[in-house]
Amino acid sequence: MPKRTDINTILLIGSGPIVIGQACEFDYSGTQACRALREEGYRIVLINSNPATIMTDPIMADAIYLKPLTTQSIKEIVEIEKPDAVLPTMGGQTALNLARNLNQEGYWEEMGIEIIGVDIDAIDITEDRQQFRNLMEEIGIDQCRSRIAKSLLDAKEITQELGGLPLVIRPSFTLGGTGGGIIWNEDEFERKVLRGLELSPIHEILLEESIFGWKEFELELLRDSNNNVVIICSIENFDPMGVHTGDSVTVAPTQTLTDKQYQMLRDAAIKMMRSIGTFAGGCNVQFGMEPGTDRIVAIEINPRVSRSSALASKATGYPIAKIASKLAVGYNLDELENQITKTTSACFEPSLDYVVVKVPRFNFEKFPGADEELTTQMKAVGEVMSIGRTFPEALNKAWQSLEIGRSGLGADGYDEIDREEVRKRLLKAYWDRSLQVRNAYKLGTSTEEIHDITKIDPWFLEQIRYLVTLENRTEGQALHTISETDLRELKQAGFSDRQIAWLLSQSDIENIKEDQVREKRLSMGIKAVFKMVDTCAGEFPASTPYYYSCYDDENESVVTDRKKVMILGSGPNRIGQGIEFDYSCVHAVLAAKEMGYETIMVNCNPETVSTDFDVADKLYFEPVFWEHVFNIIELEKPEGVILQVGGQTALKLAKQLAENNIHIFGTPFEMMDLAEDRGKFSETLLRLGIPFPSYGMAFTAKEAAEIARRITYPVLLRPSYVLGGQGMCIAVKESELDSHVRTLLRTHPENEFLIDHFLEDAIEVDFDSVYDGDQLHICGIMQHLEPAGVHSGDSTAVLPPYSLNDRVIETMKEYQLKIAKALNVRGFINVQYAVQGSEVFVIEANPRATRTIPFVAKATGRPEADIGVKVILGAKLSEFDLSSKLKHYAIKEPVFPFDKFPEVKKELGPEMKSTGETIYFLENFEDEHFRKPFEFKNLYLSR
Amino acid sequence: MQQPGSKKAILALADGTVVHGYAIGHIGTMGGELCFNTSMTGYQEVFTDPSYFGQIMIMTYPHIGNYGVSARDDEARSVMISGLIVRSFSHYYSNTMADGDLDQYLKRNKIVGITGIDTRKLVRHIREQGVLNAIISSNNSDADILVKQAQEWPAMEGLELATRVSRREPQTFKPDDHQQFFQPKAFKFDDPADASSREELPPVRYKVAAIDYGIKQNIINSLIRRGCMLRIFPSQTDFETIMEWQPDGFFFSNGPGDPNPMDFAVETITKARKTGKPMFGICLGHQLMAMTEGVRVIKMFVGHRGANQPVKNLERGRVEITTQNHGFAIDPDSLTPEIAEITHVNLNDGTLEGLNFKRFNGFSVQYHPEASPGPHDSSYLFDEFIERIKAYKKQNGEAV
Repeated sequence: MPKRTDINTILLIGSGPIVIGQACEFDYSGTQACRALREEGYRIVLINSNPATIMTDPIMADAIYLKPLTTQSIKEIVEIEKPDAVLPTMGGQTALNLARNLNQEGYWEEMGIEIIGVDIDAIDITEDRQQFRNLMEEIGIDQCRSRIAKSLLDAKEITQELGGLPLVIRPSFTLGGTGGGIIWNEDEFERKVLRGLELSPIHEILLEESIFGWKEFELELLRDSNNNVVIICSIENFDPMGVHTGDSVTVAPTQTLTDKQYQMLRDAAIKMMRSIGTFAGGCNVQFGMEPGTDRIVAIEINPRVSRSSALASKATGYPIAKIASKLAVGYNLDELENQITKTTSACFEPSLDYVVVKVPRFNFEKFPGADEELTTQMKAVGEVMSIGRTFPEALNKAWQSLEIGRSGLGADGYDEIDREEVRKRLLKAYWDRSLQVRNAYKLGTSTEEIHDITKIDPWFLEQIRYLVTLENRTEGQALHTISETDLRELKQAGFSDRQIAWLLSQSDIENIKEDQVREKRLSMGIKAVFKMVDTCAGEFPASTPYYYSCYDDENESVVTDRKKVMILGSGPNRIGQGIEFDYSCVHAVLAAKEMGYETIMVNCNPETVSTDFDVADKLYFEPVFWEHVFNIIELEKPEGVILQVGGQTALKLAKQLAENNIHIFGTPFEMMDLAEDRGKFSETLLRLGIPFPSYGMAFTAKEAAEIARRITYPVLLRPSYVLGGQGMCIAVKESELDSHVRTLLRTHPENEFLIDHFLEDAIEVDFDSVYDGDQLHICGIMQHLEPAGVHSGDSTAVLPPYSLNDRVIETMKEYQLKIAKALNVRGFINVQYAVQGSEVFVIEANPRATRTIPFVAKATGRPEADIGVKVILGAKLSEFDLSSKLKHYAIKEPVFPFDKFPEVKKELGPEMKSTGETIYFLENFEDEHFRKPFEFKNLYLSR
Repeated sequence: MQQPGSKKAILALADGTVVHGYAIGHIGTMGGELCFNTSMTGYQEVFTDPSYFGQIMIMTYPHIGNYGVSARDDEARSVMISGLIVRSFSHYYSNTMADGDLDQYLKRNKIVGITGIDTRKLVRHIREQGVLNAIISSNNSDADILVKQAQEWPAMEGLELATRVSRREPQTFKPDDHQQFFQPKAFKFDDPADASSREELPPVRYKVAAIDYGIKQNIINSLIRRGCMLRIFPSQTDFETIMEWQPDGFFFSNGPGDPNPMDFAVETITKARKTGKPMFGICLGHQLMAMTEGVRVIKMFVGHRGANQPVKNLERGRVEITTQNHGFAIDPDSLTPEIAEITHVNLNDGTLEGLNFKRFNGFSVQYHPEASPGPHDSSYLFDEFIERIKAYKKQNGEAV
């Protein structure tokens, strides 16, 4: 059936602020939906409260409402826009729940609005454990045995029936599995049951036979209204059942299933999807498989696009959200073309000739005391995806992508392997499980034993054993004698030059450097080549420039003779560096394209819009890790690199780029370095006559104490070169300082600390601007409600300032311009100020696009990211319309993940803890969005 | 992943391309037509599919061998491919249903293989250059000689291979004899713990004569499962011998090679047409059925081989994801509407995938509804065959 002509305006509901379990993958799906539907001529009305999203950009929809995601807001919008249909499947659980609530009220029907892309009754079935069970039973799909409990007494009886503990607990209708987990023993039974009952909005929990340790699989499906179903991607979890799939290391496609087993899953998944209503769209099904038998049980079905579908889209090159949107408006799969090959049909199942590994990224270090064990409740804040020709290669690349300072899966000098510790960390699931498996092999543990403890499929274990075998072989070799065959095998297994350098240093007197390994292998002709992600394993020619690196023979990435610019992404989402940078990356690509450049995007975060294969001219889905970035540069030879939009991740590479004479667009490396180097930066401020809190730098606890005495307490302590205030804290007296320093020495060895005098009761201000060498464009000045000491990312910020006098603001403007000039800035410059009375102090300067750029852009209606990037590439501010559309005030409200870490107290301090934010437009300060945070502004400040 | 001390191997193509890798399977030298398969699961089914007889198989999925081998995954009594090319061979396997590792299996079946190859490069090469012959050797390191051997290797075009893989003696299949071929009933809810429970098979109602040009085991299973007794006849069996068995319908199987030299088969099918009994053909069988109407069958530039080919059923309007394996195809220009109605087309390249013949009681598909490996979307075709047999029997006053 061709597209529907009886609907014109479609309301799309976004997913709101980033929270654990619902991150920027929904910006990716929402953006795809907007583009796909507008392409078809529909008018798109969008609601989302998250200012950091691309989907809420004026270029994406016809009418955009940055409003709180409530049924009230939706009703207001419907009044004005009169949509014909609503598409609630692109905004995660949030959007679905809103649509569902309004449906219960009978609102959609009353307004004559059709729900497309999903069957609301289907959601009810899939979300309600008992209904789901009944349905599965009806269609003959096996499940684990379970029962619903509505009280503690119920729960006790059911436990008896199911044969005792351990049991799985799942509260009904909670997001990201909140309150879910395994009840291991009597001690925790009552606590976990009660908490689950409380968290469930309908006060129901499901208790379930534990299938802990079973193998876990996921399938991503698409269906059209003609009931054609295709499987886009199959995923096998490295971590067996018991760990939330969002927290699991996952692999695509399945690795250890025979065709008969795989087809069993496929048949069951199709049967399940066809059983839940008749909607056209995407769907995700999860299965468990009992080891030793063919018994498979259905775990759940999600009738919407999800985190997994974003991953599946990136893993296969099949844009699920885009196609799902087209199906929702009436197209059938066979009427659409394969978006990658452009010559074959969209109605097919992608075939991969590579292996994809997803590794989640956690932020436990920010929540001391948080339970780090991985359970059925998601705790990861982001993820990386890597593509390799083999699983070992992809696994190493994933670890290079994680941005945790590692150069691969071990073999880089950071592991102190202790038998007890390794055993302890393998007994339960922790974030670094794959690394601990590697460590266990280093200790000589057998595959059988590791499997016995972890239940990880021995095939995966053997792949890690293979890596350890290569490690062990290489440790005994020397750089000048290592053979071409051996070196090539290491590279094909994904080892970075840095890992190889470390391994070769093990039996060498000298320390081998990364560069020496690179030189050696290049002299042997071992270099990275790039293969295309083409959905069809090479069967058909494809034109979409989506690449990954490997060490096979043939390079498929054809270099054009256009002038090129490379844009470095920001790696996995984590607290302090998330969707905001994706926003800026997308704008950087669009802006550079407009300026006539061929754009080359490099990133490894599957949740992002910037890694959508039709955003940049060329996409390299690669770790933002020096070696990989350099490989791409050597092939593409871009005119230069844009670093200012990739957060700290990209900025970190500035030094190596400069050393290798690679042009950095915008602010030069020396000046970026100067801004990062506290000593040099303070000298500059001193020279400019700009005040800053007195400070000192220390390497030891003793030095720290001396400095603190000199600059007077309270002091702010932090390791240098950190992001999101990691490891930062405030000390009011020497004993406190001493204990903080000791902790830091442990967590950040070989780092120096900065000790600043802490300005008490100061007002903190975030000042974003763009400088072109002549003119300073003030993007926005944001006043924090919370006192200085609360990380700027965790603060409620008001744009423009609500209580600062003109003199203070003028002073800041003056300082900002002086700093921009002194740092020879071309592009973004953010300065954070502390205002104490009428005195203005500079706390720090960031010569890059910050987290607040998208917020400011949304508030002012000015394309700040676009302007900044064009200035980086040489444009002048005078070319732009710099007028602001902000009438009153915009307020940025942070969102915290404390509900996921019930054991952690809600405390705010210099270390950032929020995962996301919302925007709200204020007319006056009577509004409760201002009044409430204002009232509580001092409440959570801790040290 | 190499085994320590792996033996080297060479792949030599007829166009002079030489690639070095490591030996897997049997140590020796073997040639064949190079082809690739894009299935991500089901390597064992692919290797034992008689339609691949004489071909050197490139598996596009990099890890091969992961889940070992199992007797229940064999599609024929031996391995049919002549050689195997993979990117990263797995000596280690993990699957509780497995009864051995792939390397031993290849050795046992004397299949020469090579691993550590940029398989994607080869696939792209074939895609650009068209199919060509190659030699894999793990016991001869003289590349020049191997290239020459590849060049001299007989071309697939004009080659009749069906007789080579066909059974020598007729064989009867009844459900009770062949329980072991059936999968455990996976979704039996009332007793989920009993995964070994076997599905109940219907009583025998229909007698189907299957002509074996290289029939896959799952075709046999698919028919038995639907209440058929099968007698499988060697490819060159006289039509009269077949008729002595008094079948209710005819099945013409898949198989390797070029159908053009197979006059004996065209003759048998032409005779079978006259009986008016239902006829069903798959792959080579489909081509042969069409040839009885004078339709031309031509060699494709690059064949279809994989488990993800979208085929649209024009009668139902539905799309099936299908398993395919063919290097020859019907030339649509030689087909007229009087001969047959086109029932299925390939959505990727518009090629012809299914026919309903107008001048006799037969239908056929180019792809593999028995899957194995691949999706089960098209298994309804076996039901349609049964329906035709039923209808025919009814029409002729026979009990159904």
